[in-house]
Amino acid sequence: MLQLNIHHRAGAFMLDAEFETPSGSITAIFGQSGAGKTTLINMIAGLTKPSQGHIISDGHTLFHSEKSIDIRPERRRIGYVFQEGRLFPHMNVRRNLLYGHRKNSVLHFGQISTLLDLEPLLERRPATLSGGERQRVAIGRALLSNPNLLLMDEPLASIDVQRRAEILPFIERLRDELKMTIIYVSHAVEEVIRLADTMVILSAGKLAAVGGVEELMSRLDLFPLTGRFEAGAVLAATCQGYDPEYGLAELSFAGGTLRVAGPEMDIGTQVRVHIRARDVSLMLGRPEMTSVLNIFEGTVLEIAETSSPQVDVRLDIGSPLIARITKKSMHDLNIRAGVKLYALVKAIAIDRRSLKGS
Amino acid sequence: MWALSATEAEAIGLSLKVALWAVLVSVPLGIFAAWVLARRRFYGHALLNAIIHLPLVLPPVVLGYLLLVLLGRQGPLGAFLFDSFGVTVAFTWKGAAIASGVMAFPLLVRAIRLSYENVDERLEAAARTLGAGRIKVFRTITLPLIAPGILAGSILAFARSLGEFGATITFVSNIPGETRTLPLAIFSEVQSPGGEDAAIRLVVISAAIALAALIASEYLARRFSRKG
Repeated sequence: MLQLNIHHRAGAFMLDAEFETPSGSITAIFGQSGAGKTTLINMIAGLTKPSQGHIISDGHTLFHSEKSIDIRPERRRIGYVFQEGRLFPHMNVRRNLLYGHRKNSVLHFGQISTLLDLEPLLERRPATLSGGERQRVAIGRALLSNPNLLLMDEPLASIDVQRRAEILPFIERLRDELKMTIIYVSHAVEEVIRLADTMVILSAGKLAAVGGVEELMSRLDLFPLTGRFEAGAVLAATCQGYDPEYGLAELSFAGGTLRVAGPEMDIGTQVRVHIRARDVSLMLGRPEMTSVLNIFEGTVLEIAETSSPQVDVRLDIGSPLIARITKKSMHDLNIRAGVKLYALVKAIAIDRRSLKGS
Repeated sequence: MWALSATEAEAIGLSLKVALWAVLVSVPLGIFAAWVLARRRFYGHALLNAIIHLPLVLPPVVLGYLLLVLLGRQGPLGAFLFDSFGVTVAFTWKGAAIASGVMAFPLLVRAIRLSYENVDERLEAAARTLGAGRIKVFRTITLPLIAPGILAGSILAFARSLGEFGATITFVSNIPGETRTLPLAIFSEVQSPGGEDAAIRLVVISAAIALAALIASEYLARRFSRKG
């Protein structure tokens, strides 16, 4: 468990945060650029000294301003995967990997190079690697220093979009196979949904929210921070069946069964589904003869109005679901808190990238 | 015409010895000075920078005179060196090496500082997170990355040392076998009647040594950039 309470001031920039994150899983630090995400994890690593506060990792005090404790970065046992990789240009991949290797390390060189598929790269120089290969080496290098905690600062940001999908499974393996405690900085909602269990939202140097990914993603008041366009409920679900004829997976969740178009999936697979608010429509009567596969009955919990012509409606269908409709529809259908209605979710509207296996 | 006399050979040997020592002693100091100038911000930074660069703009004779005042047997530093260690630098080859080293120092520092400024400090931070203390970071990351600058600066300083004249003749005079380096020997030959042949021989040799140093540095730099 990481316990952090810091107050930092650097010129006009202020950063205040207090939270705890669990071990053995991924915690995402989420926020727009300039929110203070990198400053925060630099403090955890010991590269930036907070003005005040304390940072305690699994009972070890790394920093404590009142007790004048400030452990040097090389003594913190914290691995750091930087946004730009920061491989040493004068060493080949093998020497980069072994740079911080400890003899008593729990993880072995062979194990890591297999896990991250690094064998073909060992004799190459960093300058000859692609962005994705570079980040894999950076991850391996950090792991071989046998860290108690791994920090990742937007590791996918410097990689082109098509290549990002190649790195994500490797990060999932760290989470699922190595049970690493990871603090993952990102401003991409889809990465957070796919990887993290806990989410820390920063906004302009202030802590906006801490909690489970599903809980925070479904909070209407956080929509301005979680991204208006991408905003929507996140559901935890389990695969119950797969229909190969139509390419549809049946996922059961607290509110019923959701049918999702996508690649074949084993029964029992746990997934996390992101249903964007703009992909959900509402009807007052039970719809018949519709092409929409997923219809859920629910009750309106709250409505968030903004200055835009649209409103966000949070429903309870057994678990939270959010729909984005126009103000006009809201008035025409007289939708308000407590109204019972039907929510329609198109099977192809569900983002497949957000399916998280475990 | 091309046979070297014993005194000429002596001047060549002495020049190489003086320049080599000047460089050897300057390099560690130069690395430190370059680090201070490139990485530290403090009150008096500009002044220190100016002092290190002074030999570049000061007349060499003035610098030689200052060294004589400071390091002569009666000078504050010179007296201390003699009383404590029995070392005399004025009018010896050691003094010649000091004069050359001081004159070449700004060139050395400039070259190393330039490569220091090209070293990404974020790489050093990355090494710290991998468990390397400050000394290991310097040895394994910083030093290899500034090595081309050290090499280029050293060659430049070596060549500059071989050509040192003004400060040397003022500080340690022109003593055959002790402080008469190549430029001083050439000057002496030109001054004496019938010395033109000897002067030409020494001029050709000076040029050859300087050229060889440049070629060697090119070769080393290329080897260095390839090695991993």
